[in-house]
Amino acid sequence: MEQKKETLLEIHDLSVSFRMYDRGLEQSDLQVISDLYLTVYPGEIVAVAGSSGSGKSLLASAVLGILPDNATVKGHLHYKGQQLTPERQEQLRGTEIALVPQSVAFLDPLMKIGAQADGHRRPKPTDRRREIFKRFGLTDGTEQLYPFQLSGGMARRVLVSTALITEAELIIADEPTPGMSLEQALEALKMFRELADEGKAVILITHDIDLATEFADRVAVFYAGTTVETAPASDFKTGPEALRHPYSKALWKALPQNGFQPIDGFQPYAGSLPGGCLFAPRCPYKTEKCVNSVPEVREVRGGEVRCFHGA
Amino acid sequence: MKIITNRIIKEIFTYSIKFISLLLAVSVITFALVSASPIDPVQQYIIGLGTAVSPEQRAEIEDYWGVNEPPAERYFGWLSEVLHGNLGESALYRRPVADIIGERFLNSLALMLCAWILSGVTGFVLGCIMGMYRDRLPDRILKRICYIISSVPTFWLGMVFLLVFSVWLKWFPIGFSAPIGMLSSDVTIRQKLYHLILPAFTLSLMSFANIALHTRQKLSDVLSSDYVLYAKARGEGKWTILRRHGFRNILIPALTLQFASFAELFGGSVMAENVFSYPGLGSAVAAAGLNSDVPLLLGVTLFSALFVGVGNMIANLLYGVIDPQIENGGK
Repeated sequence: MEQKKETLLEIHDLSVSFRMYDRGLEQSDLQVISDLYLTVYPGEIVAVAGSSGSGKSLLASAVLGILPDNATVKGHLHYKGQQLTPERQEQLRGTEIALVPQSVAFLDPLMKIGAQADGHRRPKPTDRRREIFKRFGLTDGTEQLYPFQLSGGMARRVLVSTALITEAELIIADEPTPGMSLEQALEALKMFRELADEGKAVILITHDIDLATEFADRVAVFYAGTTVETAPASDFKTGPEALRHPYSKALWKALPQNGFQPIDGFQPYAGSLPGGCLFAPRCPYKTEKCVNSVPEVREVRGGEVRCFHGA
Repeated sequence: MKIITNRIIKEIFTYSIKFISLLLAVSVITFALVSASPIDPVQQYIIGLGTAVSPEQRAEIEDYWGVNEPPAERYFGWLSEVLHGNLGESALYRRPVADIIGERFLNSLALMLCAWILSGVTGFVLGCIMGMYRDRLPDRILKRICYIISSVPTFWLGMVFLLVFSVWLKWFPIGFSAPIGMLSSDVTIRQKLYHLILPAFTLSLMSFANIALHTRQKLSDVLSSDYVLYAKARGEGKWTILRRHGFRNILIPALTLQFASFAELFGGSVMAENVFSYPGLGSAVAAAGLNSDVPLLLGVTLFSALFVGVGNMIANLLYGVIDPQIENGGK
């Protein structure tokens, strides 16, 4: 996987499991992310798409090193070519890597918005924050409000602002746009685009495929805690024939404008994952091989796919 | 600011109505209980006089006191006197009940205030330490100490302290609020404080464990919240999180609990004052109970209901003032 361009973030064979207590003192490990891969280059927006429970938000926590204590992380996590150790993650959090969290619940309910957006670092970036607030149409009074006084859309804009205030090189945005008006969502994505064009990078976690394909350079499709395909965003516009994995094709067909066809079955729960390919139970092309062994990641037509049959 | 003041006035008004009805209910119940008890107030009064009384004189007293009137009539008679500020005369001390309460309460107030601040501060600090080191060694040790102390009776602890610190080590006096044999006008504040330390410490031990355990629980709730996760993601360290988000979110429940603990504080002061022979309201109510001093008992009961009620009212008001969600949430 040698590329000419230097990667900003490189993840492969990442697995995350949680230690759980069953009955009594019996312990078991619940695997929630398995063999996940994702590469992010400077200057691009990578969308991470997938349904709820596919491990999108956990990926963000794993990169930042803020998983709960009972989590075990295995695999390769590299930032700018350096291994992401817990110490390194601690240095990078909020300085080089910034998170845009999912909801207003991530704001301290008893702290005013201004103080919260400024963060704990000194000197306070108040001027820069006001400027960004203005761009998002957040009035001057907003900084004096408490989180419960914000509308859903305002809260999202505040959350996006907190990441934009920092000088972060990598922004991980976890579902940043729901609740915003179309113009606000576009403004937010435009700002992400500007950052990417400056040489920074954005991971856009979303389950809105349309949005992902519109603004992202590449799309990584997650399923049951693993990456099934990464493809140039344009492939999603072209249609299922350009895509590589049967799940990506199914996702495409399930979009309202493409026929609204759901596929049978459910994404397996962590703890009851199938042995071979995680998608095998729902896959129309499955063979015995798929049931018995996990496919390796292969490069196909400028994208990557984890499937024996994808072409 | 004006909105807040208006709201507080409104709240005080509604609370006062509740409060007055509560006091009325307390007065009815205590009055009924005393009437139903086998205590004969006339007999106690006569014993207190110390002289023999003829049956005719006794009948006269009974008549004057209205002992034989129906209970409801007696109650309203008593109530109207109370409303005029007359709580009656103590059979034990031969002085107006209101005077005794006033004087004793000042002593108790000093004791309870010291104990209250001490238990609040130590409880909060220990709770924070336990919460920050949850399930680690400091937490496990402190938690065990809290459980042990909250299950030990205060009066027993008081006696142990007296034995250890006053009798063996001779660090503190054995009891009372001032040196024995001194005129009350000659007693210095230093001496008063010196006599106050051990009882206040004992009393504070009663409630600090409660505050500490509640604070611990609340802090670990806060630390596992999404907003703390986000604070971590932004690079805030453990202690920065405690300073920026921890205190902010656990202070209100801790303060509320602290003001709501007036009832326990008062109950505990009865024990502590008796063990340390401290002349406060608590030892007065114990004496009143043991000597069937009905007027004093009724008076102190009403007063303690007032005291506890005020504590709860402050807790309620405080919640509204500090928590912006309640402050602005009102109509």
